[in-house]
Amino acid sequence: MYRCGARFSQVSQPALRAVRHVRSRGVNRVRSVRDYGNLPYKPPTMNDLPTPQGSWEKSYQKLQRRNNMHLAVGVGFSAFTLFVAKQSGLVDFGSGPGLIKLEGGPSLAAPAEDEGAPPEEEAIVEEVPVPVEEAPTLIEPPAAEEPAPVEEATQAPAEEVVPAVVEEAAAAAPVEVTEPAVESTPAPEPAPEPAAEPAPEPATVEPEVKEAPEPVAESAQPAEESSPVPIVEPAPEPGKPIPDHVPYLIIGAGTSSVAAFRAIKARDAKAKVLVISGEGESPYMRPPLSKELWYSEDPETPSKLCFKQWNGKERSIFFEHEEYYTPLNELSSRENGGIAILKGRKVVKIDVHKKRVFMDDGSEVSYDKCLIATGGQPKSLPVLDRAGSEVLQHVTLFRTIADYKSLHSVVKEGKNVTIVGGGFLGSELACALGHMSKNTGGKVTQIFPESGNMGKILPEYLSNWTTQQVKSEGVSIINNSYVKSVKTTEAGKLSLTLNTGKELITDHVVVAVGLEPSIDLARTSGLEIDETHGGFRVNAELEARSNLWVAGDAACFYDIKLGRRRVEHHDHAIVSGRLAGENMTGAGKPYWHQSMFWSDLGPDVGYEAIGIVDSSLPTVGVFAKATARDTPKAVVEETGEGLRSETESMADTSSLIHSSAPHAPLKGEDYGKGIVFYLRDNIVVGIVLWNVFSRMPIARKIIKEGKSYDDLSEVAKLFNLHTE
Amino acid sequence: MSYCKQEGKDRVIFVTAVDHETPAKVLLPEDDEEPVGLIQPDGEINWECPCLGGMATGPCGVEFREAFTCFHYSSAEPKGSDCLEAFRQMTECMSQYPNVYGNKEDVPNDDPEMELAEEVTKKE
Repeated sequence: MYRCGARFSQVSQPALRAVRHVRSRGVNRVRSVRDYGNLPYKPPTMNDLPTPQGSWEKSYQKLQRRNNMHLAVGVGFSAFTLFVAKQSGLVDFGSGPGLIKLEGGPSLAAPAEDEGAPPEEEAIVEEVPVPVEEAPTLIEPPAAEEPAPVEEATQAPAEEVVPAVVEEAAAAAPVEVTEPAVESTPAPEPAPEPAAEPAPEPATVEPEVKEAPEPVAESAQPAEESSPVPIVEPAPEPGKPIPDHVPYLIIGAGTSSVAAFRAIKARDAKAKVLVISGEGESPYMRPPLSKELWYSEDPETPSKLCFKQWNGKERSIFFEHEEYYTPLNELSSRENGGIAILKGRKVVKIDVHKKRVFMDDGSEVSYDKCLIATGGQPKSLPVLDRAGSEVLQHVTLFRTIADYKSLHSVVKEGKNVTIVGGGFLGSELACALGHMSKNTGGKVTQIFPESGNMGKILPEYLSNWTTQQVKSEGVSIINNSYVKSVKTTEAGKLSLTLNTGKELITDHVVVAVGLEPSIDLARTSGLEIDETHGGFRVNAELEARSNLWVAGDAACFYDIKLGRRRVEHHDHAIVSGRLAGENMTGAGKPYWHQSMFWSDLGPDVGYEAIGIVDSSLPTVGVFAKATARDTPKAVVEETGEGLRSETESMADTSSLIHSSAPHAPLKGEDYGKGIVFYLRDNIVVGIVLWNVFSRMPIARKIIKEGKSYDDLSEVAKLFNLHTE
Repeated sequence: MSYCKQEGKDRVIFVTAVDHETPAKVLLPEDDEEPVGLIQPDGEINWECPCLGGMATGPCGVEFREAFTCFHYSSAEPKGSDCLEAFRQMTECMSQYPNVYGNKEDVPNDDPEMELAEEVTKKE
């Protein structure tokens, strides 16, 4: 109390004095803004202002030098960054494959000019379309005289910039030259229409060159001049004319494509369907490529591409025999319709409004209903992309039959293979290769950044337990790691340096780090891309635009129950493909049947899952002890397809037949068999059936209910964990 | 006996057979997405039924449908005896595609009616 008072008086003393001082001078007001030594206000005079010293010019120049330096460094750096980005292919400049050339004047004149242009033009291709677009509309009437301003427009900014950009300006110049040439050709035509058709043509020229490796582009274009249907090297059927119009067109020949044309044919018996396969294969199923095909004892497997189903019957991975498909030239004339496959062509653009697609060889097809089922390409690692071709010839991005064959030949030789990635594909391949290496003597290593296999899917305890299982398949696991750099050794092997500092010598690397949906068509055709999930954005009926649907890996759809999603699984490809096919024939159905997925890690661990299965969600697992009967082998096959997703529609849950194939006792049987519930806001949104098979309809009902439960152990009873 | 453990956000429950002997207290609603069989409730044929194994969608799909429709709605005695022409067309078509239809045991060959009749009665 006393102390406090003293402080107060201490503090207040000067202020009080100031007030007195002011009052004694006859001023009544205290300027509250200045709360210290309230001295009377003295207006500032010129004398108080700072006086200039030294030469203004010098200091100005100094400042200027510094700013110029800044600018130079900045421009130099950004030019370098752009260059590196371009070289590494990390950044997509979004120019797309462009529009297709039509036969005739402009497109023929252009390539000739183009070949003269230096290769650097690629780097600035993005700039070109801007002047081109202006050209036809503004500069049309005076034609040849006008190109000057166009050139000036692009060069002017370049001149202002510091030396670092000079190379860019120089590169721009020759490209500019092609523009007047392109311009002048259409000019003589009596009625130049600035609208749709002719205008985009000039723009196509450069991207074409950019896409294809140079020699191919040069040889392909002369061919185009000679014949209306150009013979590009991948086209295997040069003689067969493509129909001008098809009622149903499917872009892509994967699993959803098959599901779609089956649904179309079921609902429209005489439908004529054209399937365009960019990969050049007839439709086949991908799951066996990382599963069954590796466990076959038959040395002929890579050429026969057959696998044994669990019911013992052999079948091909191709969905249908070649005979099933209608020859291309008969599609239009067959009264009863059919399904024809056009192989080795890629669709580069869709004109959704006019219902036409344009292919990479210049041919066009119009359609009534179109489905995009382009799937995706495997993602790569930037580290490997940068490493150069010497490293890349020892790298497999696993997805297609060709990838399977090449990897199979590597493993057969007993090489050491390293798999990067701990998800479905990576873990399945690790087990498969580990299994095969027991005979060939190779070594299999798996590297992933998570702590256990399937770390993004399974809760941590289960993920770690799975890792033990994978290890028992003979795979050495390096977890919590990623590849930092790669180089080749003198012995022709690859040396991987990990983030932990560890160095790993291997013969071959398999990258299984996820999928990039193929959405080039969205860029060229003005379709919407989903920013968060990737893929074409479609509604709950999988419709992107009128008469245009998307299914499979590439579709980001609205799930009425679980919200916007994109799913990359075989069963989803079937479910969404079928739905798209139904809607293409007028069903107007929303996405209502939840797809499932499954994975088998070696012969002893298998699981099926449904809904949103994400290890970041809280989970409740209900487990029982496994018995010898609960292995994937024991699931029975009743339908012809031989894949688990299809057994569901046929097999009903009560009539199960199990093989009693003996298996070695597992270590830590604890998590041998069980149900894992994934909760979001306490509602069950995902379920994993761990070594529990053919109970998917029950799980589907629970997801559909969308309820929260007090006791999930009670819910688990529905699955009859202890009976088969 | 069952026991629980908590691992972070994840809960694990172990159950024994005895724990799960009593029936579940949770009831699931009747399945409203029950897959429709070969014959729909209204008596129409469901060509999308997976049980047809691609018969209705393959290269002889149209012929198959005609034959099967004829048989399904046949009122002749014995059933389907008025559909011989349709069945002949179907088998003729199928013989052109031995690799598609050849190795399946259930392809009607000598006595298609009987086979189909069996199939239908099974589904019904």
